[in-house]
Amino acid sequence: MKKLLVLSTALTAVAFSAGADVTVMSWGGDYTKSQVEAYHKPFTAATGTAVISVDSDNPAPAVKAMVEAGNVTIDVADVEYADAIRLCDDGMLEEIDPAVLPAAPDGTPATDDFLPGALTDCAVTTIVFSTIFAYDTTKFPEGPTTIADFFDLEKFPGKRAMRKGAKANMEMALMADGVPAAEVYAMLETPEGQDRAFAMLDKIKKDTIWWEAGAQPPQLLADGEVAMTTAYNGRIFAAAVGEGKPFGTVWDGQVYEYDLLVIPKGAPNPEGALEFIKFATSTQPLADQAKWISYGPARMSSGPLVGLYQDGKTEMAPFMPTAEANLTNALASSYEFWVDRDAELNERFNAWLVAN
Amino acid sequence: MTDTTSGLTTSDGRPLKAALLAAQSKARRRAFLLVAPLLLFVILTFILPIAYMLQRSFENDGFSDSAPQLAAWFAEHPDGSEITEGAYAALVADLATMQANKTPGQAGTRINYTVPGTISLFKAAARKAEDLTPPYKEALIALDADWAAPKLWAAMRSASTSYSADFYRVAIDQKRGEAGDWARGAERERIYIYLFVKTFILSAIITLSCLLLAFPIAHLLATLPMAKSSLLMILVLLPFWTSLLVRTTSWIVLLQQQGVVNNILVALGLIGDDGRLVMINNQTGTIVAMTHVLLPFMVLPLYSVMKTIPPSYARAARSLGATSWTTFRRVYLPQTLPGIAAGSLLVFILAVGYYITPALVGGADGQLISNMISFHMNKSNWSLAAALAAILLVAILILYWLYDRLVGIDRLKFG
Amino acid sequence: MALPTYASPLEKVWYYAFRVICAVVFLFLIAPILVVIPLSFNAEPYFTFTEKMLAFDPAGYSMRWYDTLLTLGSSAPDGPRDSGWWSATWESATWIKAAKNSLWIGFWATILATSLGTLAALGLSRPEMPYRRLITAILISPMIVPIIIIAVGMSFMFAKACVDSGSALGTILGPFLSNRGCLANSDLGVIVAHATLGIPFVIITVTATMSGFDQSLIRASASLGANPRTTFFKVIMPLILPGVISGALFAFVTSFDEVVAVLFIAGPEQQTIPRQMFNGIREQISPAILAVATILVIVSILLLTTVELLRRRSDRLRGVTGR
Repeated sequence: MKKLLVLSTALTAVAFSAGADVTVMSWGGDYTKSQVEAYHKPFTAATGTAVISVDSDNPAPAVKAMVEAGNVTIDVADVEYADAIRLCDDGMLEEIDPAVLPAAPDGTPATDDFLPGALTDCAVTTIVFSTIFAYDTTKFPEGPTTIADFFDLEKFPGKRAMRKGAKANMEMALMADGVPAAEVYAMLETPEGQDRAFAMLDKIKKDTIWWEAGAQPPQLLADGEVAMTTAYNGRIFAAAVGEGKPFGTVWDGQVYEYDLLVIPKGAPNPEGALEFIKFATSTQPLADQAKWISYGPARMSSGPLVGLYQDGKTEMAPFMPTAEANLTNALASSYEFWVDRDAELNERFNAWLVAN
Repeated sequence: MTDTTSGLTTSDGRPLKAALLAAQSKARRRAFLLVAPLLLFVILTFILPIAYMLQRSFENDGFSDSAPQLAAWFAEHPDGSEITEGAYAALVADLATMQANKTPGQAGTRINYTVPGTISLFKAAARKAEDLTPPYKEALIALDADWAAPKLWAAMRSASTSYSADFYRVAIDQKRGEAGDWARGAERERIYIYLFVKTFILSAIITLSCLLLAFPIAHLLATLPMAKSSLLMILVLLPFWTSLLVRTTSWIVLLQQQGVVNNILVALGLIGDDGRLVMINNQTGTIVAMTHVLLPFMVLPLYSVMKTIPPSYARAARSLGATSWTTFRRVYLPQTLPGIAAGSLLVFILAVGYYITPALVGGADGQLISNMISFHMNKSNWSLAAALAAILLVAILILYWLYDRLVGIDRLKFG
Repeated sequence: MALPTYASPLEKVWYYAFRVICAVVFLFLIAPILVVIPLSFNAEPYFTFTEKMLAFDPAGYSMRWYDTLLTLGSSAPDGPRDSGWWSATWESATWIKAAKNSLWIGFWATILATSLGTLAALGLSRPEMPYRRLITAILISPMIVPIIIIAVGMSFMFAKACVDSGSALGTILGPFLSNRGCLANSDLGVIVAHATLGIPFVIITVTATMSGFDQSLIRASASLGANPRTTFFKVIMPLILPGVISGALFAFVTSFDEVVAVLFIAGPEQQTIPRQMFNGIREQISPAILAVATILVIVSILLLTTVELLRRRSDRLRGVTGR
C-alpha cells in the first residue's frame, strides 16, 4: 500500500512537471530580450512549454538566498563564471552532465564544440561578455581612448558610473594605474594591491554613481546623468547601434568572461530546466542570440552562423569582446580569484562605499 | 460604599454587588471577544514573524552545523585553554567533512563576519584536508600561518555554539582583535554605526524641513473659512492618497539633470547648460523626495491642534501691546507645541525606517539603514540582517512609546 | 484671517509674503503629482517638456506610452485589434497581468482587514474594554514598525509556514498557497501581509467614527426589543458605515501601493503593479511608467473624493458641524 502511494505521488509529480512552465531568471533589459528572442520563443514553439522570465540585478545571490531558505521559485538562472563555480562548490546547483548536451550540426560532440572551460560540473556557458567603459560622444567628440582616461577627471570632466561591487572595478582600477593585464590578479592577491586599487577608485568616488542593474548604465548615459560609465558591452551596443544613441565604447582595459546557465537545487521543474538548457545552448539559438546583442556564442559551431544584427546591415564581428582589435589590452576575468575572494572584497568595497 | 451595596439584592435575590461585577465582567468579555479575532490575526502575522526574526538574529548555524568535532573539543576545554593538537585534529576532521558536504564556504562566511579574510582560508584548507597528515597543528600552519592566530580560534569558539550574540557585535562594528578579544573593527570596516547615525541625522533633517513647510500651511488651513480650507485640504490629502512609487517617479523626473527643474533653471538663465545641478542619486534626492512623501503626516496633526486655538488669544495679546512677533512667539507657538510634537515624532518614526524612496533616488550616499538590511537579506546574511533590524526595531519602539506618552496613540487621524 | 485694520505696513508685507510662502508649499505638494500627467503624453521618450509640447503642437503629444502598457509582454500578434487580439492581450500583457494581481490581492486584503478591523474597533470603543491602550498600541504598530522589519520577519516565517497538501487545511487553502503549500511565494502570503499593514488604518478610521457614536443608542435599541444582531445591522452599521468604507479604501490603497513586502515574500507569480514599477524605475524609467503613474493618480483622485464625501456624510449624520 505504501509503495503504491509513493508510486502514485511520483507519477503525479512527473505528470505535473511535463506540463509545467520553466521559470528563467536573468539580468533584464536588452540581454533578457535577446534570450527571449533566441531561446524562450523558439523553445516554447518547439516544446509547448511556456517560459516565464524573471529579472534580477544578479541572479547568483538570489539563487543562494532561495536555496538557503529552501524556497526556490526559479528553474534556470543565468550567472557569471565565478558564481557558477562557487554555487556549485557550495552544493547549491544541480549537476549537469555535458554528455546530454546536443552535438554540433556536423556531429562534433558538445564537449569539443564548446570553448575551453565553458562546460563545468553544474553549468553550461552561453556567451562571452565583457565589462567595458562607454562615454557620451556629444560630450567627448575626440573620446577617451584608454582605461586610465576613465579615472582622469581633469582631462575628461563629468560624472562617472560604475557597477556597485568589487568585481571588474578592482581590475580596471589597477589597469588604469598602469598594471599590465597579466599581473593584475597577482597584485590583487596582496593587501597592497587591493589598497592600490581602492586608492585609484578614491580618485573618482565623489563623482561616481553606482549602478546595480545592467540596464542602468545606458540609461544613465542617455539621461545625461553621467559622462562615462562602465557597462556590459552588449547593452551599450544595443543602445548605440539599435537605438542610435551617441555612445562610444572603449575596449582598452576590458574584462571579459563567460556567462552560464545553471539549475538551482530544489528547482520546481528540474526536468524542464534541463530541457531548456539543452535547447538554449545548442548551436542555432546561441548563434541567433548574437542577432540581438553583441555577445560571443560559446560554441565554435555557432561562430560561422553569426550574421548581421537585427537591423540587417550591421556586421556583428567587430563588436564582440573577442574580436582581435578589442583584445590589445584586455583581461580574462579569473574565476579562481573571485570564487574565494568575492565575499571578502565586496565586504570591503561596501564599507568603502558607505564611508565618506 | 461596601456597607450600602452589600445589603442590596437584585430582583432574583443575588447580591447587587456580585450581579454588577458579573455584568461588568460579561461586558468586558464581550468587548474583548470583538477584538480577539484581530488580535489573534495580528499576533500570527505580525508579532510572530518579528519574534522569529529576533530568534534568527541569534541563530548561529553557519559554522556550528558543519564543525561538530571542533564544537565538542571547545565544550570540553573552557575558554582560555591552550589550543592543542587535539583541537587541530578535530578541525581537520571537520574540514574534511565540510569539503564532502560542500559547506566550507558557508563555514568560512560565518567566521568572516568577525575575522575578515577567512573565507578563502577555509576553502583552501578544506580542499586539502583529506591529504593532511598528523601532526595536524604543524600541517595546517604550514598551509597558512593564519591558522595559529588567536583571534581565529576565539572566533571559531564563539561560532561553534548554536546561538550567539556575535551578530549584534558585528552590527555595532566590532571585530576580533589580534588577541581574540572584541575590539572596534579597522576603520575601513566600520559602517553600521555610521549608517545608524546618518539615518537619524537625515531623518532629523527631513523632520525639520517637514515642520518648516507644514507650519505655515497648517496655520493657513486652520484660520481660513471652512469652504476655502476644505478645498486647500484636498491639496494636502491628494499626495497622501497617491502611490509612493508615483511620487518617487515624479521626483526622478523633476530632479534629474535633464529633468524639468534643471531645464527651467537653464531656460531662465539661472544656471548654464553645463552647470546643471545634481539633485538626484545623492542625499539631496533622498531629503527632497522624503520631505514630500512625509509632509502630510506633519500637516494633519499640526492642523488639528491649530484648529482648536481660539483666535481671540492673539487678539488679546495684540490689544495688550504685544508686537505680532511677540504674539506669535509667546502666545501662539506654545499652544501649537502638542501638534509639533505629534507631527515631528510621527514623521521621524516613519523616516527612520524608510526603504523604497532612498533605494530609488538616494544613490550611494543617500542610503539609510533599511537599505543595508535589505542588502544583507539579498546576500543571504540572514542573521546579520536580523540583528540590524532588531536594533532598528528597538529604536522605533522607544520612539513609539514616547509618542504614546506624549501624544496618545488614539489621537492618530487621517483627514 | 483677513488683515486686521491695526496692521502696520511691515505686517501688511508679511501678510502677503505669508500667502506667497503658503502657495509655494502647496505647489511643492501638488506639482510633483501633476507633472507626470502631461509628460505621460510625450511623443518623445524623454522626461521633460519638449519644445513641441510647450507650443501645444499636437505632434508633440501622443498616446504611444499608454499603448505600450497593452503591448509589453503581450503574446498578441501585430495586426488588427480584433477580439482575438484583445483577449490575447488581456491574458498576457505584463501590465495587465500586474493590474489583475494587484486588484485580486488588494480585494482580499481589504476584505480581511476591514472585517477584522471593524469588529475590533467596535470592541475598542466600548467603555468596558480591558487593556485598551496596550491593545490599541499593538494593533496600530504595523503602521509604525518599518515595513522592512516586518518584511524580513515575514520572509523568515512564511518560508516555514507550510501545510501538507493532502491535509484538510491544504485542500482548502491549496489554490492560494505556493506549489509547495507554503505562505511564501503565494497569493495568500501577500494577502495576509497586506491585510496586516492595512489594519491600523481601518482601526483608526472606524474608531474615529465611533468616537462620536452615542453608546446609549445601543441601549435604546435593546430596550425597544432588538436583539444584538438587529441592533448591529439596523443601528450601528448605518452610522459607522462611512467610517468602515473609508477604512476599507485606506486598506485597499495600502495594499495597492505596497512593494516592500512583495519584494521579500512574493514569488514570480505575484507580480503586482508597484513591483513592476519599482523594477521599471530602477532599471529604465521609460515614459510608460509615467503612463501608469497617471492612471494611478486618477485612481487616487477618485478614491480621495469618495472618502471626502463619505466623511462629510458621516459628520452630518453624527451631527458634527465644521471640520
